[in-house]
Amino acid sequence: MAKILILFAHPLYEKSRIHKALIKAIPEASDITFRDLYELYPDFNIDIKKEQLFLVQHDIIIWQHPVYWYSVPPLLKQWIDMVLEFGWAYGPGGDKLKDKYLMNVVSAGGQKVVYNSEGRNRFTLRQFFVPLEQTGTLCGMKYLAPFAVHGTHLLTNDEVREYGAQYKKLLNKLMNKEIDMVLAANSDYMNDLIQ
Amino acid sequence: MEGSFLKTALVFLASAVAFVPIAKKLGMGSVLGYIFAGIVIGPFVLGFVGEEGQDIMHVAEFGVVMMLFLIGLELDPREFWKMRKTIVGLGLLQMGLSSVFLGALGYFVLGFSHSVSLAVALALAMSSTAIVLQTLKEKGLSKSASGEASFAVLLFQDITVIPILAILPLIAGGSAPAAGESHSILESYPGWMQTLLVIGAVAAIVVAGKYVVVPLLRMVSKTRLREMFTASALLLVVGVAYLMQLVGLSPALGTFLAGVVLANSEFRHELESDLEPFKGLLLGMFFIGVGASVNFALVVEKPVLVLSIVLVLMLVKAIVLFITGKIYKIKTDQNILFSILLSQVGEFAFVLLTFSNQLRILDSYWTEVLMASTAISMSVTPLLLVLNEKVIDPFFGTKEIASEEKEPDEIDEQHPVILAGFGHFGSTIGRFLRANGVKATILDNDSDRVELLRKMGFKVYYGDATRLDLLRAAGAENARLLIAAIDSPDTNKELIQTVRKHFPQMEIMARARNRMDAYDLIELDVKHFYRETLYTSVHMAIDVLRKLGYRHYTATRKGMEFIKYDEAALEKLAASRHQMKDYILNVREQIEMQERLLSEDLHGILTADDHAWDSEVMKKK
Repeated sequence: MAKILILFAHPLYEKSRIHKALIKAIPEASDITFRDLYELYPDFNIDIKKEQLFLVQHDIIIWQHPVYWYSVPPLLKQWIDMVLEFGWAYGPGGDKLKDKYLMNVVSAGGQKVVYNSEGRNRFTLRQFFVPLEQTGTLCGMKYLAPFAVHGTHLLTNDEVREYGAQYKKLLNKLMNKEIDMVLAANSDYMNDLIQ
Repeated sequence: MEGSFLKTALVFLASAVAFVPIAKKLGMGSVLGYIFAGIVIGPFVLGFVGEEGQDIMHVAEFGVVMMLFLIGLELDPREFWKMRKTIVGLGLLQMGLSSVFLGALGYFVLGFSHSVSLAVALALAMSSTAIVLQTLKEKGLSKSASGEASFAVLLFQDITVIPILAILPLIAGGSAPAAGESHSILESYPGWMQTLLVIGAVAAIVVAGKYVVVPLLRMVSKTRLREMFTASALLLVVGVAYLMQLVGLSPALGTFLAGVVLANSEFRHELESDLEPFKGLLLGMFFIGVGASVNFALVVEKPVLVLSIVLVLMLVKAIVLFITGKIYKIKTDQNILFSILLSQVGEFAFVLLTFSNQLRILDSYWTEVLMASTAISMSVTPLLLVLNEKVIDPFFGTKEIASEEKEPDEIDEQHPVILAGFGHFGSTIGRFLRANGVKATILDNDSDRVELLRKMGFKVYYGDATRLDLLRAAGAENARLLIAAIDSPDTNKELIQTVRKHFPQMEIMARARNRMDAYDLIELDVKHFYRETLYTSVHMAIDVLRKLGYRHYTATRKGMEFIKYDEAALEKLAASRHQMKDYILNVREQIEMQERLLSEDLHGILTADDHAWDSEVMKKK
């Protein structure tokens, strides 16, 4: 069994239809830990030691968040800055995250087609996430393709529920090591692997 | 004299203490216990109390007077307005039908004249507010369908006492009653003039309540002497009652009106909780009086007459009530309860019958018989209710339980958050909550402030928040959060202990003056406490660092880190507080604490290794 840590960052969760559905779908399992960062650290004063302890206890780290300006919400960036310490996560002696997996679970207002070299956003989601991927790589982690919910404003409630079901399936498969991690690292979307 | 007073008090209190708990234990309610105690000490069993049962009742009727004042207080005009259709509809139907049937019986069966039939019918149509409301409250049925319907009918009856009292002299045809029987100044005037005076007296209460009593209470509350407020509350009720008696009106009605007038004032809860114990005891005395005044001699003399009158009376009233309930679509099990609850003849009948007698509408013989019937019917009601509960109710599977959600007024009044103390600390909390749409029930004991805040549209109640009855009145039973923000730490702790004990469902968030205060709160096992000196001092210290050239963000991060560290240190040191030897003086204790803190600081916060955004570390390696 793989242990999964979900670090959730959303500054206005109470209004998020998508993330409510996704979080509701997270299976109740002792191998899955869910941490709501904006609820834990409203003052951005992150408890570094505690966060590091959670990290070492898990195998797969998931950053779940909406995409803001092609990037992560500010508290998640703060978390990255504070928790991934020099000499702990990277640099000399910084090997505590080695061989763990890292992935993003995101919602984005833009349709899948606009995240493309011909589309309005000009780059793919994975291209936008290259800094995150490299952050993981520098810490010795393997970066997996993101699981994304696109075009959030246009989704019907049934479609949102369907995404929830897919997320649940994904987490179960990850937990039971039923995902081909090499394939997952080289795909555009994790969504494609659980169809 | 003194000896006889003590003896009477001894007999009353002892009988109450002996019988009421037994009655409660047997599930019969306190009313039956009191009445039974009255019968036992009355002239026909033990004879401790002689023929003065009636006199006692006159004194104890004051309990009913107070109860009506309190009912009036709970009924602010807005609530009253919402209930208007039910009150008038149900009340009119009940009074009308009962009066017609009872009047017809009197006219055709007993051969009374028109005027006698009418006077008697009106008197006997009344039910007992004291017995019914007390029973409803005890059984927790006040909010059930039968409870609400009963309240509506009783209120209508209480209101109609005024016009009935006004009409009775007209029925009497203006014939002057015998002098010396009553001291009412009204009786020297002709009928129409009396009617006018009655209306004038009622108007006087409404006006005086608003423009004299409230300013007076404000003045008294400024003395901050609790017993002075109690005295004023009693004075108010006694005064109104006396005034009413002076003009020959029912004191109960006068005080009820005074209650309604004061319902919107900031003193509502305070008056309520001050008068409650007096009301309870006096009502108890009233019920004992009812028991003691059952004229068993008359019953023995004319058993068939008296008992058949009681039986017919209650049957007719119950049937009328059942029809009324049916028209208003009350469910059958509730309707049966409603019918039984109100089937007795009430205490107002004593007043109306006596008045009719004074006006020479009714002769003394029938007054006696009807009064005895009234007392018996009142005594029987609690028994019938027990019977209903044990025998009739089980036939109906679904018994409606009083539901709290159904009462919109309750939600309006009883907010989930109670904020105690609206000084500088509490008011900031209150403002912030209100700005975010959270309405808290606010308790404060500074009447000037209460007045001001009420003007600003806050819901603030005046009173000592540590008092259980006030907390209850403010809805502590349904509240989720208590914000203890009272200025005095001792009062605050007292409040916390009271709430802990009586309303364990409430989560407590407490204001702490300082570190010492916080230790006390930790000892009380309060999880959420907020030191007023911590956050402000740290904020100031952050600004000091800025002045010295620190970057604002860095100083702020250091400040937040310090608060976190200090809160952790507080918990740690609290445990060892009592192990410290010989701290007798508070000052000494504080210095010792400071010393420990200062030495802890050196290897606590200052060694915190947080290197975010700091490339110095990388360069070194």
